[in-house]
Amino acid sequence: MAFPAGEVAIVGAYESPLRKAPGVHPFAIQADCVLGALADAGLELGDVDGFATAASFPTEGGMQMSISEVAEYLGIHPRWFDSTDIGGAAFITHAGHAALAIAAGVADVVVVSYAAAGYSGVIPGPDYATNAAGPGQFEIPYGPSTVSTYALAAERHMHRYGTTLEQLAAIAVQCRANAGSNPQARFRDPITVEDVLSSPMVATPLHRLDCCIVSDSGGAFVMTSRRRAEALGRRAAYVLGFGEALGQLSMNQMEDFTTTAAVHSGARAFASAGLRPEEIDCAQIYDSFTITVLLTLEALGFCAPGEGGAFVESGAIAPGGRLPINTDGGGLSSNHPGRRGVFTVIEAYRQLTGTAPGVQLPDPRTCLVSGTGGSLSATATMILGR
Amino acid sequence: MEKPLPIVDDLTRPYWDAAREGRLLVQRCNGCGRHQWYPRVLCTACHGTDLAYVEAAGTGRLHAFSVVEKTPNIEFADDLPYVLAIIELDEGVRVAANIVDVPQEELRCELPLRVVFRPTADSSIVLPCFTGATR
Repeated sequence: MAFPAGEVAIVGAYESPLRKAPGVHPFAIQADCVLGALADAGLELGDVDGFATAASFPTEGGMQMSISEVAEYLGIHPRWFDSTDIGGAAFITHAGHAALAIAAGVADVVVVSYAAAGYSGVIPGPDYATNAAGPGQFEIPYGPSTVSTYALAAERHMHRYGTTLEQLAAIAVQCRANAGSNPQARFRDPITVEDVLSSPMVATPLHRLDCCIVSDSGGAFVMTSRRRAEALGRRAAYVLGFGEALGQLSMNQMEDFTTTAAVHSGARAFASAGLRPEEIDCAQIYDSFTITVLLTLEALGFCAPGEGGAFVESGAIAPGGRLPINTDGGGLSSNHPGRRGVFTVIEAYRQLTGTAPGVQLPDPRTCLVSGTGGSLSATATMILGR
Repeated sequence: MEKPLPIVDDLTRPYWDAAREGRLLVQRCNGCGRHQWYPRVLCTACHGTDLAYVEAAGTGRLHAFSVVEKTPNIEFADDLPYVLAIIELDEGVRVAANIVDVPQEELRCELPLRVVFRPTADSSIVLPCFTGATR
């Protein structure tokens, strides 16, 4: 079956306005988001027959069988569900899988949701994606913090292409500028390239302001068939294309530190949509770190390999530029409770339906979302349109 | 809090035994002749299953690195700053390790390196690390 381009719609979305919520369990935030997204769609919990989440990190409230835990909390018994866990990009992958399920008639109304107490729910413990057994015994003993694994790629990209710290900082500066008009954004005061470079070093060459913020929050969106979307008579954004790809988890297995699996997930998304990068009006690019954005822009073909630095420095990613990105302020300034994929889809939906809380681009027709999970490990890319 | 140490299994025991003796092993596929890292029961290049450990020269180049200044992993807090690195061995495979005894200002991609072996809190585990080839 070819990807059902344009046959499935996102018909509602909700982003929790919370950024700090001490004492609130993540499942409570998820439930609030699920109800909020359904209300936006003009639907009720009883309409939901498909559900996707991933909530197995300590700050997310669940454990290995989190899909069962969260569905139980909501009191739903979906006939289709997905808890594919590729880190922060998971919810883009869920949306792609849901589109296939809806087109196949396996589900009618799917909710994809996420929440975490990333700020208040910090449990002392390692941030490794694996343990020191099996493949991890050759890497975990050397202390690969999440930031440092992305920093490896930044250092190599700088070595190979001459990319500068100032160019990486330009991404953080633009996201903060966008956050300035989003009343829900965690940080809204403008920053400069100098501010980024003078912020504390976390893991060379990445400074604190090269890293996403940490929040307590969540989000959800609702998907259904084109036919049901039209019957609802609400604003909708349609899934035009989707692709996903697996790279590696261990950094010693990374084939090329200057690119990501988005080369493949992007190519698959563009092919399924029958579109080219030039036909994309705006994008929500997972910004766990500034380098993540730069690598993804190159991997998706918005600029050539090695030209990401010049691309972001040119103003291309600003509203009014060639490819405005992260219009809500992104994970770098607005919201990042632990995984951001859900928010990239929500902001794409808001841009395409004219409901953005902050920067609203004038009449975009297409919006690409692309997420990177783990340590540059797995990617998911989705193209949405009106 | 103690740092995580390798949890050795049957396949990997020869590697850690050799490290304790100051030798660095990598896997080599007897089918296609390629070196492989990390050790597995299959060759990811030719999918053959006839693999053996061979001793590596212990030299290579710094492929990518990060000087970790802050970490949420409190078991590494006493080590800060430390260098997380990916090293490309002369055999063509890449390994993760820490770089030791190299001034931060001398770190650069492609820096020639050689293996050194560092004791851990567990006397049965010695961790291969890397330092400048000329040191």
